[in-house]
Amino acid sequence: MATKTEDYLGKTDYKVVGTRPIRHDGTDKVTGRAIYGADVRMSGLLYGKVLRSPHAHARIKSIDVSKAEQHPGVKSIITVADLPLQEDRIAELGEGAANLTHLRANVLADDKVLYHGHAVAAVAATSLNAAEEALHLIDVDYEELEPVLDVRKAMESDAPLLIENQTTSSMGEDTGTKSNVSTHFQHKLGDAEAAFAAADIVVEREFDTATVHQGYIETHNATGHWSTDGTVTVWCSTQGSFTVREQVAQLLDLSVSRVKVVPTEIGGGFGGKIRVYLEPLAAVLSKKTGRPVQLVMTREEVLQATGPTAGSYIRCKMGAKKDGKLVAAEAYLAYESGGFPGAWAAPGSMCIFAPYDIENVTIDGYEVLVNKPQTMAYRAPGATNAAFASETVIDEICEKLGTDPLEFRLANSSKEGTRRADGPVFPRIGHEECLKAALNHPHYKSKLEGPNRGRGVASGFWFNVGLKSSAAASVNTDGTVSLVEGSTDIGGTRTSIAMQLAEVLGIPAEDVKPSVVDTDSVGYTDVTGGSRTTFATGWAAYEAAQDIQRQTIGRAAKLWEISEEDVTCEEGVYRSKSDPSKSMSFKELAGKLDDTGGPLVGRAAVDPAGVGGAFATMIVDVEIDEETGKIQILRATLCQDVGKAIHPSYVEGQMQGGVAQGIGWAINEEYFYNADGRLANGSLLDYRMPTALDLPLLETEIVEVPNPGHPYGVRGVGEVPIIPPPAAVANAVYQAIGTRMEVLPMSPARILEALWAKGNGKS
Amino acid sequence: MPVVWIPSLMRSLTDGKEQVPIEGETLRAVIEALESDFPGFKARVIDEDRIRPGLAVSINGEVTNEGLRQKVGPNDEVHFVAAISGG
Repeated sequence: MATKTEDYLGKTDYKVVGTRPIRHDGTDKVTGRAIYGADVRMSGLLYGKVLRSPHAHARIKSIDVSKAEQHPGVKSIITVADLPLQEDRIAELGEGAANLTHLRANVLADDKVLYHGHAVAAVAATSLNAAEEALHLIDVDYEELEPVLDVRKAMESDAPLLIENQTTSSMGEDTGTKSNVSTHFQHKLGDAEAAFAAADIVVEREFDTATVHQGYIETHNATGHWSTDGTVTVWCSTQGSFTVREQVAQLLDLSVSRVKVVPTEIGGGFGGKIRVYLEPLAAVLSKKTGRPVQLVMTREEVLQATGPTAGSYIRCKMGAKKDGKLVAAEAYLAYESGGFPGAWAAPGSMCIFAPYDIENVTIDGYEVLVNKPQTMAYRAPGATNAAFASETVIDEICEKLGTDPLEFRLANSSKEGTRRADGPVFPRIGHEECLKAALNHPHYKSKLEGPNRGRGVASGFWFNVGLKSSAAASVNTDGTVSLVEGSTDIGGTRTSIAMQLAEVLGIPAEDVKPSVVDTDSVGYTDVTGGSRTTFATGWAAYEAAQDIQRQTIGRAAKLWEISEEDVTCEEGVYRSKSDPSKSMSFKELAGKLDDTGGPLVGRAAVDPAGVGGAFATMIVDVEIDEETGKIQILRATLCQDVGKAIHPSYVEGQMQGGVAQGIGWAINEEYFYNADGRLANGSLLDYRMPTALDLPLLETEIVEVPNPGHPYGVRGVGEVPIIPPPAAVANAVYQAIGTRMEVLPMSPARILEALWAKGNGKS
Repeated sequence: MPVVWIPSLMRSLTDGKEQVPIEGETLRAVIEALESDFPGFKARVIDEDRIRPGLAVSINGEVTNEGLRQKVGPNDEVHFVAAISGG
């Protein structure tokens, strides 16, 4: 079903939307009854482990599993030879596309390992200990190759090539030159060169951002059971059961109808649980052993071998007139893809200047292979790196102009009708409203005093996406509604989706019983990602409710023996227009289904247009410890346009979560590789994510500029809050110590270096 | 007639033109017309009768989910943009 952008209902008097009911899965989650992937148990279960490369870059000369096969507990060992060969082609995998050769070689290395931790073989055994012992008995003969870990070095013409036949694609044209640069994007608007020449103030800086991980608490896991009828069932922690089905089917040369994926509860994803790692291994090991097989990653495996976000090098230049008008911008963005080509420089390039109305822009983006794990999405992928650069440069322009940084942003803000650098024109958006909310916020109006303290601000933009969703809802005779959906619930979406159904039917959210079901039990649904779930699956629930409403009106007409045209329904009460004495609640009507035709099911499948982009503006106060270099976050506030907050508590939770992660990027998080390309901090002890002790209560200001493309005005909230924090913190650090920080993270060591370079004080 | 905004990396095919007004009532027809005027255009944006993976087409700011069958109106703006997913 295609939907149109005039779908917004324009209502303000909601009964359910905008309230804060208790989440439907709350009790199971807090009592430990919820079933996660590693909780799955079944008779005859075998335990799997993966042998991983100790090298960052090496050719596999041979793999000898003969000794491991003699281990009494070992039931099967597989290598890439057990995965069907794949054509070198791009397959659509639900949300996004993937080269199947690369996907297969990432699941199990083919002729080369491309990063430390790259999977080489997998074992199924009767116990975890036996599986681990067997890994030590597998002999792999490697020819070590020179690794390349720095994005700029990897772009040099004499850099070691990771994929030897890789060439650069530029908007569908292949350069034919072998290179680690897989893709080049470019956007041009106006004449940046001439505009820079005419600008009064030009600021240009270079930035580096580190490889960081999403840090979901639950590690990857998969349990596979290959049935004797040739079908396979996979239980796993995923953001998208249907994309897992598609990937497993493609990799194992199966039709999708032979693969069933059961999504278990998920302990975080943030973009990192979309690509498959263990799922095909569990399936193949089960096929070979005839028994179910479960694999669960350790934290070290997650950090070594699943997709972190792209580290990057960005050069950013912006020009303004003395009157405060931004007139030109230019950016060069080189993003690490890891061992296989990726896709995050594209959105980074499209987002870097999107918050501002600038007529002359040139942007070049590059995807570059390096010997690190293949990157994955991480909340607004590519945009956080980009905003760190552009928002820092804007802050410096404000300083040179002597302008308030929020007022400057407001004067230059994108608005409805502004043309983005990549071409399209913005529909109704809410950046100006976010900036005004920040300007008027008590945080911004408060005074910040004391040594080594500073305040910074920054904005960010993310597109959000729509994609496909399905929902089905059955009316129960007690007046409740059982709702089945395919969107795995990461942030409270069972409730936010159920509320949209409840609003239409005029029933309490608690009377909807939402369930996230397997791929055989609901229509196709894309991933929980791209800030799409409350928007698109919520829309499917809204349509399913409309379907129920149409049918219940018919049932009421049948009961009263009047025409359907004579029946109205408002807020869950059915009335006869011609006879006011005839009225009935939804619950009463549900109790009479058997007398009016039997079961009643509403359903919908949507692929909605009308996606509403999101903006956020952050204010942050910091204090620098001169002795340790630690950045203490004193106060942080995010003002975000969410369109319409269906469940404000979960919206605030997403805003706080995104800010917390963005602060992690800003102050601590970083993959450390040694000179050989081995990850040196593969644990949460050494990979330092912020904890509650590192952060104050993160303040949230929900801004609601309804998205005209959704019945309730929803935009989607999960991604944009991660974008502003690194730049906002960097701008605050500048105010505190007088140094423009150009490298993420701004770790204590880097802050100390900055302080020492300035003689321990602000210049 | 609809106006196609030419991606900067493809402007060598259109003699540097940034926008090209072109006849066509569907995206397929628009691309065929561009191919006729600017040979090589089609292969850069279409693969096996579909919009290239990784690429999306925006009509007046809305990314189409109807592929080459997408209707295009006489006042529409057509853009070729990177396909966006998310995290």
